[in-house]
Amino acid sequence: MTTTSDREQMAYVAAQAADARVNVELDTGDMTLNIGPQHPATHGTLRIACKLDGEQVVVAEPIMGYMHRGYEKLCEVRTYPQCTTLVNRIDWLGSFANEVPFILAAERLMEVEAPPRAQWIRTILFELSRIANLSLFLGDMGVQIGALTPVFFAFRDRERVLNQIEEVTGGRFHPNFDRIGGLKDDIPKGWVDETRSVMTKMRTFCDEMEDLLVGNEIFQARCRGVGVIPADVALGHGLSGANLRASGIDWDLRRDANPGLAWDQIDWRVWTHPDGDSFARYWVRLQETREATRIVDQLLDGIPTGPIMAKVPRIIKVPAGEAYVSTENPLGEMGYYIVSKGDLGPFRVKIRTPSFNNISVVPWVMKGVYVPDVITILGSLYFILGDIDR
Amino acid sequence: MGDEQKPEEPSPSDEGREKLLNELSASLGETLIESHLRAHEDLWLRVRVENWSDAVRTARAAGFLYFGFLSAIDWDIAPEGRYEDTEFDEGLTEEDEQPVELDASSGYAGGDSRFQLLAQLYSLERQLGLLLKADVGDDMTVDTIRDIFPGADWHERETHEMFGITFQGHPTLHPLYLPTEFEGHPLRKDFPLLARHVKPWPGVVDIEEIPEHLEAQLEAEVMAAFEAEGGEV
Repeated sequence: MTTTSDREQMAYVAAQAADARVNVELDTGDMTLNIGPQHPATHGTLRIACKLDGEQVVVAEPIMGYMHRGYEKLCEVRTYPQCTTLVNRIDWLGSFANEVPFILAAERLMEVEAPPRAQWIRTILFELSRIANLSLFLGDMGVQIGALTPVFFAFRDRERVLNQIEEVTGGRFHPNFDRIGGLKDDIPKGWVDETRSVMTKMRTFCDEMEDLLVGNEIFQARCRGVGVIPADVALGHGLSGANLRASGIDWDLRRDANPGLAWDQIDWRVWTHPDGDSFARYWVRLQETREATRIVDQLLDGIPTGPIMAKVPRIIKVPAGEAYVSTENPLGEMGYYIVSKGDLGPFRVKIRTPSFNNISVVPWVMKGVYVPDVITILGSLYFILGDIDR
Repeated sequence: MGDEQKPEEPSPSDEGREKLLNELSASLGETLIESHLRAHEDLWLRVRVENWSDAVRTARAAGFLYFGFLSAIDWDIAPEGRYEDTEFDEGLTEEDEQPVELDASSGYAGGDSRFQLLAQLYSLERQLGLLLKADVGDDMTVDTIRDIFPGADWHERETHEMFGITFQGHPTLHPLYLPTEFEGHPLRKDFPLLARHVKPWPGVVDIEEIPEHLEAQLEAEVMAAFEAEGGEV
C-alpha cells in the first residue's frame, strides 16, 4: 500500500517535472522571424525583422541599405547630363519616368522650356513606363498570394510596352533619353500606329487581370480588409501614388501640380478607392493602368509638330538657385531638390523617392497582422528596392 | 547670405502664395527669419532652429498635412571639388572658357551656418508646397518632428547618418542604410568619395566630338530646321 502510494507520489513528481520542462521548452514568448533579404516578395533585398506572438506580428521593422548606391553623393561629382544615367536606375521598372522630374528641375533653374512636341513625347513615354511598371505589379500581386498565372501574362504583355519604349529610345530598361531642353531624338516612323495597337492589347491585359484576380474569391478573401491605412496615417507618412489614392485621397500630381507636361490638355480621370486596404491598392493600380492606356491613345492623336529640342548651350551650366520638382511616377511622388551653384553639375541633389515614404508605413500597418498577410501587404504597397535605397 | 535677395524682376504675381506667406509670417512671428517667394513654386521659409518643431507644428495647423521629405544641405565647398584634377581633365579649361567659381551663398532664404535642415510639406487643399529651412548650429542638434509627422522618422535617421545631425527626442537614431560600424557622414562635403580616388573618372568633359568636316554642315542644318519652325535665334 505504501509502495503504491510511493509509486503514485513518484509518478506525480515526475509528471510535474516533465510539465515544468515542457513549459520551459515550449516558451510561448515572442519569436523573431526574418523575412528576406532574399525573398520573392521583397523585389530585391529588403529584410523585414518581425517579432511574432504566435501567428501575429508584434513589431515589424524593415531593414534596408543592402542596395544603397549613394546616388545623392555621386550626383554631386557629375555633370547634369550625366546624372540622368544615374537617376534612371532608381526605379528600374519605370526608368524614363525617373529622368523627367530631374530634367524639369534643371530646366526650371535654367529657365528653359522644352518645345511642345518634346513635352508630348515625354508624356507618352512617361505613361508607357507607367504601364510597363504597373502591369508587372498587377501580375506580381498574384504571385504573392499563390496564383502563378497572372505574372506570366504580365511579363508577356509588358514586353510589348518595353519594345515600344526601346524603339524610340534604344533602351529597354534604361532609356537615358531625356535631355535638358527636349529629347534626344524624335519618334520613328510608324511608331504611333504600333503603339496604338499595343495599347489595345494592354487594355485586354487589364481585363484579363480583372477576371483572374479582382473577381477571384480567394484574392478577395486575402486582400479585403487587410492592411488598412486610414487617410490621416497616409498623409502623415507621406504616402503617395496609388497607396494614397487607395486611402480615399483624391490627389494626383499629374492633375494638381502639373509641371508643364501634356496631361492638362487631354481628358482623363483620377481613380480613388475609399477602403485603404490591399484590395483597394490593387484596384486603383488596375484602373490607373487602364487609364494610362487611354491617356497614351489621346496623346498619340495630338502630337504637335515642331522641333524636339529647345536651344540650349552645348556645355550646360545651370545658374545658381534651388528648385524642387516632383511628378506622379508609377510608384508615387518622385521629386528632385536640386541646389545649383552655377557649376557644370549640381551642388546637392535630394532625391525624394516614393517607395521610401511608402515603406515607412510598414511598422505601423504590420502591427497585429498575421504572418501570411505580411506578404500581401508588402506586395500591395508595391515598392522597388532601388527606389528605397537609391 | 542671400545674394538671392536682389530685387526680383517683375515676376507674375501669385496671390495664393503671397497670402500664405502673410498668414504664416503672422502665425510664426519671430520664429521666421527669412522667406523667399517665386511664383508657382514652393514657398521657402527659414526659421530659427530652436523653434524648428514649433514651426512645423504651425505649418501643420495651417493645413500642411502632407509630409514630403526631410533632409539637409551642407553648404561647405567640397575640398576635392568635383574631382576634376585627373589626367583626363586636362584641357577642361580650354573647352570651358571660364573656370567655374562657386559662390559661397546659402541659397534661397539665406543661411548662417554650414548645415541647413530642409523639409517639404504640402497642403492638398491649397495645392501649395512649403519648404522649411533651419540653420543647424554648432551643437548639431535639433528637435525631432517625428511626433508631428510619423513619416519623418526614417528621414531623420537618414539625415542623422548622412550629415551627423542629432534629432533630440528621436528614440531610434541608429543607422538606416549604413552598416552599424561605419564611421563618418557620407553626404558631408568633406567626406571623400573613395571611388574617385581609386579610379579616375573619365567623363568630366562630356561632349561628343563632331568631325570637323561635318560640323559646319550640321550647324547649318540645325539652324535651318530651327528657323523653319519659327524659332528665334
